[in-house]
Amino acid sequence: MVENRPLLNLMTHVVLMLGVVVVFFPVWIAFVASTYPPESLMQGVVPLWPGDRMVENYASILGEGVQAAGSPPVGMMMLNSLVMALAIAIGKIVISLASAYAIVYFRFPFRGLVFWTIFVTLMLPVEVRILPTFEVVAGLGLLNSYAGLSLPLIASATATFLFRQFFLTVPDELLEAARIDGAGPIRFFFDVLLPLSRTNIAALFVILFIYGWNQYLWPLLVTTEESYYTVVMGIQRMVSVPDSEPLWHLVMGTSILAMLPPVIVVVVMQRLFVKGLVEVEK
Amino acid sequence: MQHKRVGFERRLLPWLLVAPQLVITLVFFIWPAAQALYQSVLIEDAFGLSREFVWLENFEALFADDGYRNSLEVTVVFSIGTTLLAMSASLALAVMADRVLRGAMAYRTLLIWPYAIAPAVAGVLWFFLFNPSIGIAAYGLRAIGYDWNHYLDGDDAMILVVVAAAWKQVSYNFLFFLAGLQSIPRSLIEAAAIDGAGPGRRFWTIVFPLISPTTFFLLVVNVVYAFFDTFGIIHATTSGGPAQATNILVYKVYNDGFIGLDLGGSAAQSAVLMAIVIALTVVQFRYVERRVEY
Repeated sequence: MVENRPLLNLMTHVVLMLGVVVVFFPVWIAFVASTYPPESLMQGVVPLWPGDRMVENYASILGEGVQAAGSPPVGMMMLNSLVMALAIAIGKIVISLASAYAIVYFRFPFRGLVFWTIFVTLMLPVEVRILPTFEVVAGLGLLNSYAGLSLPLIASATATFLFRQFFLTVPDELLEAARIDGAGPIRFFFDVLLPLSRTNIAALFVILFIYGWNQYLWPLLVTTEESYYTVVMGIQRMVSVPDSEPLWHLVMGTSILAMLPPVIVVVVMQRLFVKGLVEVEK
Repeated sequence: MQHKRVGFERRLLPWLLVAPQLVITLVFFIWPAAQALYQSVLIEDAFGLSREFVWLENFEALFADDGYRNSLEVTVVFSIGTTLLAMSASLALAVMADRVLRGAMAYRTLLIWPYAIAPAVAGVLWFFLFNPSIGIAAYGLRAIGYDWNHYLDGDDAMILVVVAAAWKQVSYNFLFFLAGLQSIPRSLIEAAAIDGAGPGRRFWTIVFPLISPTTFFLLVVNVVYAFFDTFGIIHATTSGGPAQATNILVYKVYNDGFIGLDLGGSAAQSAVLMAIVIALTVVQFRYVERRVEY
């Protein structure tokens, strides 16, 4: 700040507060709606202060789900989401570490080609190859399985680039010293490179966990059995009930539950999250 | 390509290391994409009994189709709306957060968490907020004389999905704008202030030009987001309706191919989308100065 302008300072805080209110408002209303009995949400307008049915509503969402809309218990769907998110995040990190290590520290034929093949995945999001990818997964018998939910999403150009970038900054002397001490490639990786990459791995994990948890189109394609629904895609089944208004108190409760784990991760690990976000985009 | 001056000389190990990544890429990315391209020049019946090579007929049919042209238009409106709203709101917030002396970190925490919310969930939240019969936002609009109904009015539906998509994206843009703003040397601002430039003038003549790399980078990212990451918002709320008013390209390709089973047409749509992603990726990597100091 270079000068003192009380009016401008006041306006600064007003704008920021307004931003915070707009960011929080939809979530607050969703939370409020999830604490009322269904009758209160049939007509009139949604109240602004929570009601007294919070415990009952959340218990029924987690334990029973919204059966009228053919939706399984949300507790189970959240477990599926967790499995999928962890599998995607860990899988992406492991295979990207391995391939980045090979590309940076080894000389082998077609290395450039391998690098560009991985790069191309950036240009092929699921959205542009829906049907053929579905056919491949169906052909492999992976529909309605955790492998089908996570495996096709595990390839990662961005994670590979990130680790490649990082490995290139690791001083060559470390490798030379390790070789003089008699360490082979496996030993060097686990004893030197991996400990150095810890922060990068953690930052990337935060971003990838959110990415995995929030997958929507892919689970929609490969799951037809309720026992494999994930919570983010499951919400849609509750919203689009034919011929009747959705059970809003349960839909909103589910929305709150669906956003809770990734939001907690972002807030608690804010520093890693910001680092991960900025690094991934480099 | 860059690599280490020193390295290991092994023949099998590097292939073992890249194998998982390579196999998944080939099986789930390259092969299906090639299939999509191949199918886009074929006409096949829904049972796969006969197929015929038709050159670019699928593409001709696609661009002659009013539904597809409408979808293109809708996507352009949706992307421009989302990008403009998300970027202007986040720039305003970032400029303000950069001004405050105390509490900047608290504001950051309060503003960035929607990044973690799935687009589909963001869509459902706003869908409820604007619900014509019980939504509080629709109620407020009625009070000032506007009869909101996104079930019937295409423009209302479009505004709804744009607001939901932008709301989720603000946190991301905010972080990058704030990083860009904080990397501007204070001495430049102070020098301008000594020369008598007020806050508004300082912003437009110094700050805004200096953060233009960030702005351009975010422009590309936001367009990519609006084109490809917003399927969930549409699918969970408006389903492309009413009367296809929110039928964006990624929703249409899913609907025509997966639900409607129009293989050739859907493959042609996939090919068009692929061309769009490739163009955007090239722009991002060739022309965008992506280094943001944080």
